[in-house]
Amino acid sequence: MSYEHVNTSLAAGFGLGRAEGHSTAIPAIASRWRALIGFIVARYGLVLGFLAFWQLSSTVGWVNPAVFPPLDVILSALWSGLASGALLDDIAISLQRSGIAFAAAVAIGIPLGLFMGQVRFVEQALDPILQLFRQTSALALYPVFILMLGLGETSKVFVIFWATLFPILLSTIGGVKEVDNKLVEMARTYGAGPLTVFRRVVLPASVPAIFVGLRLSATTALLLLIAAEMIGANKGIGFQVMNAQYNFQIPLMFAAILLLALLGLAANALLVLAQRNLCRWSQPNA
Amino acid sequence: MSASQNLRRGEVAIRHLSKSYRLNGTPLPVLRDINLNIRSGETLAIVGASGSGKTTLLRVLAGLEDPDAGEVLIDGKRTRGVGTDRAVIFQEPRLLPWLTVLDNVGFGLETQGLFRGAARERARRYVQLVGLQQFEGAYPRQLSGGMAQRVGIARALAVQPEILLLDEPLGALDAMTKISMQQELARIWRDEDVTTVLVTHDLEEAIYLADRILILPREKGGEPRLIEIGLPRPRDRSAPEFVRHREGLLHLFGLH
Repeated sequence: MSYEHVNTSLAAGFGLGRAEGHSTAIPAIASRWRALIGFIVARYGLVLGFLAFWQLSSTVGWVNPAVFPPLDVILSALWSGLASGALLDDIAISLQRSGIAFAAAVAIGIPLGLFMGQVRFVEQALDPILQLFRQTSALALYPVFILMLGLGETSKVFVIFWATLFPILLSTIGGVKEVDNKLVEMARTYGAGPLTVFRRVVLPASVPAIFVGLRLSATTALLLLIAAEMIGANKGIGFQVMNAQYNFQIPLMFAAILLLALLGLAANALLVLAQRNLCRWSQPNA
Repeated sequence: MSASQNLRRGEVAIRHLSKSYRLNGTPLPVLRDINLNIRSGETLAIVGASGSGKTTLLRVLAGLEDPDAGEVLIDGKRTRGVGTDRAVIFQEPRLLPWLTVLDNVGFGLETQGLFRGAARERARRYVQLVGLQQFEGAYPRQLSGGMAQRVGIARALAVQPEILLLDEPLGALDAMTKISMQQELARIWRDEDVTTVLVTHDLEEAIYLADRILILPREKGGEPRLIEIGLPRPRDRSAPEFVRHREGLLHLFGLH
């Protein structure tokens, strides 16, 4: 009996979308618009307010427009940079540097983390040195990498790789170590060997933790990219930020900064999307 | 359901089984020289106070733990570790959260190498058997405790084991769900002719479901006792014979 009741209440939850269609059309559309506007205000109200305040204080002269140019000036600098192709080269080289480094960190960090998380003694042997490396700032090591690899692309990619490797590696190890042993035991009673247990239990259970590492790493990759491009580069978005400031092209400087922020948002959005698709089971509203 | 009716498989013999744990370096005996035959197709309940070793006995039967001495024979063959002739239903459903209800039920079939299509068909049958056909595509987090445990039961039945081992399977459910699940288990076992060992701390559950009840002693010197429940099914919890069994058991535990 109690189960029938659970049945219907869950089914009602599933049918929520359909139930809305029953109300009359016009009030439904109006209330949907109101809900949408309410959502936008609640979610992005502060950002929009901040941007409006920037535009206003710069045009009215509350702040020095030479240091904080109005947003329309920044946007037009961004547009002309993109339209002339000058900024496109910078974007391409920056994406290439951070992309290669990130891909290498993923390719090494995830398999190594899966292995280390499973084999207790390997993890115990490697953990102290990993902690030491992780706590050493990648930026502090950048001069060492330059000495080792020269001032070219290799040292730039390597410093980003170095900084992005650890979040991925450590999250993956953590994910594997936290796999519920009761699930592993259950799988074993159904005749699952070590490989099947890994493939069907350990790996899927670690995916959410791995994504935490990936998102942390993506942020770190952009951070290190800019730092690396500010030292000894003649191309790249980070270089543009510094260069525009030297030449007092302040709108261009802000345009490059804005570009970086957008890149970060895009990278994060991509990862969130991938996570949603891979971990549909853990989403509250899947 | 299967051809096992004339073969009468799923006979368990426990011989001189002993097991002790180490507690701060000193061995703590849990099971001492257990001898028992479990008949093919019967339901044996194991009851006992906490610490009497009933879960340990089940885990040894499952092959999840090795005995210190003695052996377990299934159909005359000595068991070694886990085996696909046995399926375990744990107190927690232990479902894989990233699989749907249907895929969870098919999990055991897949690990045992059944083809995907055939496994799905059989899994679907067992999802139906526990009444969850509407929830085939749901994920475990969308299920209530009772529904999740049904999925665990269907997963175990789907591999059509010779022996079904249940470790307090309804212990975590609320009283009402528990009773309806007991009725459902009784119904399922009427159709599936499988040897069943049920560990429980619920005496009424044991009387309701079991053919025989093994009572593990509280004191380590005591002897295990076997009680035959000869009541017809479906059983009536308020029948005088039922009540008499319950009072007898309570008396054995010194609770009357």
